[in-house]
Amino acid sequence: MKRYFIPLGVFAVLLAFLAIGLRLKPRELPSPLVGKPAPAFKLPTLDAPSRSMSTQDLRGQVWVLNVWASWCVACREEHAVLVEMAKLKIVPIYGLNYKDQRADALGWLERFGNPYLASLFDAEGLVGIDYGVYGVPETFVIDKAGLIRRKFIGPVTAQMVRDEIVPLVARLNS
Amino acid sequence: MMSTLRSVVAMLLAAASSYAGAAEAAPLAADPALEARVMRVADELRCLVCQNETIAASQADLAVDLRQQIRTKLAQNESETQILDFMVQRYGDFVRYRPAMNPTTALLWLGPFVLLALAAFVLAKTIRRRPADAASLPLTDAENRRLAQLLNEGTAPP
Repeated sequence: MKRYFIPLGVFAVLLAFLAIGLRLKPRELPSPLVGKPAPAFKLPTLDAPSRSMSTQDLRGQVWVLNVWASWCVACREEHAVLVEMAKLKIVPIYGLNYKDQRADALGWLERFGNPYLASLFDAEGLVGIDYGVYGVPETFVIDKAGLIRRKFIGPVTAQMVRDEIVPLVARLNS
Repeated sequence: MMSTLRSVVAMLLAAASSYAGAAEAAPLAADPALEARVMRVADELRCLVCQNETIAASQADLAVDLRQQIRTKLAQNESETQILDFMVQRYGDFVRYRPAMNPTTALLWLGPFVLLALAAFVLAKTIRRRPADAASLPLTDAENRRLAQLLNEGTAPP
């Protein structure tokens, strides 16, 4: 009897590993930046190149940084969700316009709506590298002390806003 | 910072005026020795877009940008270790193509050896438990009778 149990046990372990493996998302890598201070930046805004904004200007509030680009297909999918989220007025959303053309980006916002209080224009993607961006869209939740509390890779969905972002923002604000 | 930004912008403007839309053609360092060092560091880094390629091999936009970062940093006399640390701080341990040995990667490095030792142990145990060579054992009485019967069958008249 025992000789049947051993291979069966090995098979069960293998099956468990494979089942877990199927559920993992290898594209969503854990960011080493979570729990660390948001990398400092000073960038021109998208709509007014002469005006610049820095992380210092955003201190003291909970805010969301959404990395987007007009060339990014998944961003379009996500954009409607962000527009709805902005209407909730629970948290200010700032955009990081990543490796884009200014005219394309402005046209895109005009066409699909603008959920951002401001978008920062990162033409060379250097700030993107500081934030460890490797696939647009990416979304960061940053707390009052300027620490990154959460990073979402890929498009934010309505469900993620409801189940994760709203409770997290409420917790960080309390 | 501001002056490098300005020079980068100037470079981009010059590039855009001469050949618009050729952004993927990464500017090679004029110095082949520097370029060799860039590729050596890039070989140590994983491209996060196409995860089984190194930054040296990948044609992804991000890989082109990161090669440029390595080039800039090497030109500024940063050491290769400093550059690897810079990447790990931003992208995590996964960015190392040969992961560093630390508590989270210990299983990755040691796991195969543990499995090998386990397999050797099981093999040794199995061999020891197996009865001695079957051919050298004496036959039992029942087997001797059966043997005689089989041999007789061959010679006995039908």
